[in-house]
Amino acid sequence: MKTIMELDNISKVYGSITALDHINLNLQEGEVFSLLGPNGSGKTTLLKIMAGIEKPSSGEILFRGVEVYENNTNQMRLKSTMVFQKTALFNTNVYQNIAYGLRFRNLSKKETDNKVKEVLKTVRLEGYEKRQAKKLSGGEQQRVALARALAIDTDVLLLDEPTANIDPKNVSIIEDVLSWVNKEKKTTMVIATHNIFQAETLANRAALLLEGRIVKVGTPQDIFTQPSKLLADYARLENVFTGVAIITKEGTSMIDIGEGVQIEAALQKLGNVSVHVRPEDIILSAQPLVSSARNTFEGRITEISDLGSIVKLRVKAGKDFTVQVTKRSFNEMQPNLGSKVFLAFKASAVQVI
Amino acid sequence: MANEIIDGLIKALQLIFSGDPTVVEISVRSILISGSATILSVLWGLPVAMILGLKNFPGKFLIKGFFNTMLGIPTVALGLILYLLFSKAGPLGFLRLLYSPAAMIIGQAILITPIIVSFVASAIESVDPDIKDLAKTLGASETEASIAVLKESKNGVVLAVTASFNRALAELGIVLMVGGNIAGFTSVLTTTIALETNKGDIELSIALAIILLLIVFVLTISMNLVQRHRT
Repeated sequence: MKTIMELDNISKVYGSITALDHINLNLQEGEVFSLLGPNGSGKTTLLKIMAGIEKPSSGEILFRGVEVYENNTNQMRLKSTMVFQKTALFNTNVYQNIAYGLRFRNLSKKETDNKVKEVLKTVRLEGYEKRQAKKLSGGEQQRVALARALAIDTDVLLLDEPTANIDPKNVSIIEDVLSWVNKEKKTTMVIATHNIFQAETLANRAALLLEGRIVKVGTPQDIFTQPSKLLADYARLENVFTGVAIITKEGTSMIDIGEGVQIEAALQKLGNVSVHVRPEDIILSAQPLVSSARNTFEGRITEISDLGSIVKLRVKAGKDFTVQVTKRSFNEMQPNLGSKVFLAFKASAVQVI
Repeated sequence: MANEIIDGLIKALQLIFSGDPTVVEISVRSILISGSATILSVLWGLPVAMILGLKNFPGKFLIKGFFNTMLGIPTVALGLILYLLFSKAGPLGFLRLLYSPAAMIIGQAILITPIIVSFVASAIESVDPDIKDLAKTLGASETEASIAVLKESKNGVVLAVTASFNRALAELGIVLMVGGNIAGFTSVLTTTIALETNKGDIELSIALAIILLLIVFVLTISMNLVQRHRT
């Protein structure tokens, strides 16, 4: 495979803060590369530098073997585009949003119309041309932003947490679209995420970014076999628990994660394990739950974050759990900080990392 | 007194609907002078507002503070300063601008520049900071990206321009002091209303006041409608 972009000793300093510290990275043509790391590890800054919208403090970028500097940054910008984590949309309709980038690429009105139609079909928003972009739901807005990036057919597509803060249905649409684009259009992609499962599903290679430094580059699987301390550090991920597992009579594993909390997992593991439960797989209830779920806990809400169509809650039930519910069910329950709640999740929702 | 007012009102309406040449001439001159002043202030105020809204540099807060303070400058004080500058013995006396429409346009333009600068700069600052990066990552150059930000703040820009024109049209101090209310040359709506009322020509004053209010209302309402239609 040919190298499409090469980062050579890239650093970025803001005042006394070093956001990126001597980054060396080669991006191969057609690959899906994942940047893994917690919030604040420098993922967004690195993507912005790769998109040509932020200048590195030092270091060199080569795009298709040509050094990128002040005067030709514009050319790289036309070949590499970024989709932001916090959806940014122009205050106009969907058509104008998607057509914006095409005007710099000398397309006729008819070609623009066709392109807009084509990408809206790709993100499954056919017929949305005249809708006001900012009045769409969070997930739909992110799909418009993705369509806008796809419309300009760049060689490199940079995605900053493309599925953070949106509901599961939109997450699966976006993941489908990304797989399709890479397969059909051979677009090189860099996906920044803190979701290791997304990295594993979508990416061929991944880099682990911690405090502005690349700690490891390899396949996503390589990265997961890092010592758990490192994983736990990077993960600052929600619902990652480490403990000692024993195998039960039923053939499942019972993992003691401390603070008197035991999690049952539908797998057979013995000894030290790290497990993860997706926030959307945990059922939240104001009443004690009668369910087939093997894991049920009682706790109190310690944090509520409103993310638009979904709400994230932190629940202290011995250990801290993060739970994700739709805005609608949140409004039906009307929980407050300190409210007593019940959590439940299936043994099959527990994944080993 | 009540009869006088009603009588004046009826005669004023007659003046308006009969298309009285004096009424038409004064109204048109007012619109032209204040319109030119607005265009002039946009020409020099918009670049300043864009720099203040988009860039960060030392001393920026001082410049913003200056324009914010200037928002409340009394028109008579500004009129007096300009009178002294433009008068024969003044430093700009050689331009022979005193008592001319040009002096009135310059005076009003200076008066409303702080409105353009302050309102537009705030509108630009309130645009999502990612918009500029977004435009760039879609292929825009630095200048094209700044235009995209300005476009996002168009509601604020329209408001600033409307408010500026209204303030120019409605002010009296500057046009009176540097224009002099010369009939057929520099008399505008506000100066004529003030002086004709003193002279007892109440009908003409009422007619012109109605027109002044109509212009302000119609302009403001139509701008609101245009904005609502767009969003």
